[in-house]
Amino acid sequence: MQNHPAAEILRGVRAGAPVAVGYVPMAMAFGVLATQVDRAGHPLLSFLQAGAMSLFVYAGASQFASLGMLAAGASAVSIVLATFVLNFRHFLMSVALSRRLPLRQGGHPVYHVLPLALGFGITDETFVVASLEERLGIRYFVGLILTVYLAWFTGTLIGAGFSSLIPPVIARGMGVALYAMFIAILIPGVKKALVNGLVAVAGGVLAWGASVLLPAIPGGWRIVIAILAASAIGAVAGGDEARVDEDRAGGPAGPDGSRRESRPRGTA
Amino acid sequence: MIWFMVAGMCLVTFVPRVIPLALGRNLVLPRWIRRWLSFFPYAALGSLIFPGILTVVEGRPWIGLAAGSCAALLALKARNAIFPVLAAIAVAVLLQLIVR
Repeated sequence: MQNHPAAEILRGVRAGAPVAVGYVPMAMAFGVLATQVDRAGHPLLSFLQAGAMSLFVYAGASQFASLGMLAAGASAVSIVLATFVLNFRHFLMSVALSRRLPLRQGGHPVYHVLPLALGFGITDETFVVASLEERLGIRYFVGLILTVYLAWFTGTLIGAGFSSLIPPVIARGMGVALYAMFIAILIPGVKKALVNGLVAVAGGVLAWGASVLLPAIPGGWRIVIAILAASAIGAVAGGDEARVDEDRAGGPAGPDGSRRESRPRGTA
Repeated sequence: MIWFMVAGMCLVTFVPRVIPLALGRNLVLPRWIRRWLSFFPYAALGSLIFPGILTVVEGRPWIGLAAGSCAALLALKARNAIFPVLAAIAVAVLLQLIVR
């Protein structure tokens, strides 16, 4: 027990605040775009539908993609399929987090429901913040994901409610918030170990290369490929970041935890 | 049709996010996979930033680049991510207004 429970939740809320600040404008942009009327005078989604989308789907990229597809006249089935493809990366992130979050198995019913609730809170951003947190606990994670989730939902409602009042220049400008937040999260990691920056650059170059060379592959899969390949480069190139994570994975690590690093068990 | 779509999207985003966590530590992974996984956040950040940042303002990729560079510079100094994010928004809005 490191900390008072409420203090742990609060620590998560604080870690989620910058993400929330990045999410509100993005979510507002979604709300605006979703409820703006097209040339024929119809909005893509109603206020209620836009809100429900953020509440129940809660997947930024997919929600924007669905608007584009709706505008292009795509069917519901194809939009659902695209969403699956676009979001499959969260499977990888959930695998990574499942090693770090101290979830108890079985017992009280709460322990059956808890992973479902926590899993729904996984987004690109909460995953990154949580996996870079050294003292990651359930309460911290709850504080983090609730803050971010509420920001996404509230932002959507504001955007959808006031879509006619927000000028397009501002709405487009707010679109940069998400990327700026990614960058702001990335920089401290690069300062910690250069290999992290190398992996990020590799990820960007691979994603860009895939978009140029393999435009037929949907964007979500391109990101999956880029993540897998760039992380492999990092794992091969070596670095300290991986070790930090490994030591926490199973039981108490000895002070000589670093030695295990020099002998990867697998043959790549 | 829209509500059917929302329900379907909910299902396909929920399931992949939740299954590994529901399995929890029953999921035993060899060390090389764990090492590989540990780099996912950085790889994900890189591939999410680029090339997406070029598309912030359609037809003017440099606006996203400029706003992103501004965020990167500020993030080197700032302790909190909020300030770089707000500054980047300001840069993106201003550049759209100034450069026609």
